[in-house]
Amino acid sequence: MLSLVEISAGYGSFRTLFGVSLEVAAGETVGVIGPNGAGKTTLMRVVSGLIPTFGGGISLDGRSLLGVPAHRIVERGIAHVPENRRLFPKLSVEDNLRIGAFIPRARIHFAEQLAWVYQLFPRLQERRGQPAGTLSGGEQQMCAIGRALMSRPRLLLMDEPSAGLAPLVVQEVFDLIRRIRAEGLTVLIVEQNIQQVLEVVDRAYLLEVGAIRLAGTATEMRNNEFIRKAYMGL
Amino acid sequence: MDAFLLEAAINGLLLAGVLALLTLGLNLIFGVIDVVWIAYADLVMCGMYAVYWLFVVFGWPLPLAFAVSVVGVAVLGALVHLLIIAPILGSAAINQLLATGGLLYFLQSFATLIFTTDFRNIGVRLPVIEIGGIYISYSRLLAFGVALAGAIALYLFLKRTYIGTAIRAIAQDREIIGLMGVDQRRIYLVTSAIGGALAGLGACLLALQYDVHPFIGNTFGPLIFMICVLGGLGNMIGGFIAAFIISQIIAIGGYYFSTELSYVLAFILFILLMFIRPQGIVGR
Repeated sequence: MLSLVEISAGYGSFRTLFGVSLEVAAGETVGVIGPNGAGKTTLMRVVSGLIPTFGGGISLDGRSLLGVPAHRIVERGIAHVPENRRLFPKLSVEDNLRIGAFIPRARIHFAEQLAWVYQLFPRLQERRGQPAGTLSGGEQQMCAIGRALMSRPRLLLMDEPSAGLAPLVVQEVFDLIRRIRAEGLTVLIVEQNIQQVLEVVDRAYLLEVGAIRLAGTATEMRNNEFIRKAYMGL
Repeated sequence: MDAFLLEAAINGLLLAGVLALLTLGLNLIFGVIDVVWIAYADLVMCGMYAVYWLFVVFGWPLPLAFAVSVVGVAVLGALVHLLIIAPILGSAAINQLLATGGLLYFLQSFATLIFTTDFRNIGVRLPVIEIGGIYISYSRLLAFGVALAGAIALYLFLKRTYIGTAIRAIAQDREIIGLMGVDQRRIYLVTSAIGGALAGLGACLLALQYDVHPFIGNTFGPLIFMICVLGGLGNMIGGFIAAFIISQIIAIGGYYFSTELSYVLAFILFILLMFIRPQGIVGR
């Protein structure tokens, strides 16, 4: 479904990705794990069109995404839950969800999609009139995921969904991801919380200083000697 | 309270409607695009000339002349954005101020060239209503009603539509808005056109009460800016409230002293309030 071939990217003249290739098949949940500064967020931003690439190719279902602006990529069926949630804090929860359904294809299904998101996250329905900035961290993450789902995506990108949340809430967020998986969505998730993320994904890539160092199924990665030593402290 | 004071207060209230409408337009553009259109009052002047031209010279029916003028100024607003603001959107704020300031002189000189400095009136005299010894001009009452309806329409548009929601959201996170499928450039263009349409609507209402000449923007332009700043720049509700405060000072000051002195009073109050609350009366 999503395919990245030898992607190089960065900010200005500062390069953070050096020839990254990865694949996500329809229906899969794939993780990109790695330490801070490995280029995980850059990778997500390249896919959703927020930053340009220096070289390489990206395609969704065989159609290139290179040079397509962010607002058109949403129409292609990719939704991005950004790092730190980035809700519109002064808008109500429901307005945040409404803006998630901005594209014409999503607007016509607004009512049913909203009902679905409220069914997934009943807490959002309770708080629908409240400014999003007043929600707790976990609720904000629900709202950010809900907002992305409102565009009826086929591929959901999640950037560090557990970052900055209390341990109990982190558990809740990973449960959310399991529920979204169960809905049949294809998910690409970037995480520093390696132990937990390997519990919810089918496959994972290890990204280190802008390059893929290892790849494998979740079980292979969990049992990998290097990952256990360097990232799980086992 | 005597009838004349009450009449002054009511007239102040009616004046506030149009000022509030124009303040909304300026605040909308500032709040969304983060630019100040120094030439905003001169777009109103263009609209008043459009009404005059279509109605008096071409002999169109007044409602049609009004409608076409509103659309015309909306297009002008979109052009101001496309031709002047968009190319320098990323540059320093002072450049945008200077560019729209330049537009102010351009529009005034251009209008002088075409229309000369003659004062022109559309010659519509609406009746004056008398209620218990208080005289209220029908044109002012109409202006107030239409301005209020315009403000409510804008409110509903911003609250109920997808584009309106995007307009409210965009200033809160200009990068992430793209991930929602929103084209920032399109939202800026729509906002500028709405700002223009509000100036056009204000122009229609002012054309019923005042003569048009190339420098009419100078008479109420500073007033609109003062109201915007007093209400907190970009704060639409604050601007709305400030419009009513300033109008009352002008109307009641004009009753006790003189119109000229009442403007002085309004600006003195403005300066004092800027020392006490530089963020505006409603700002945090």
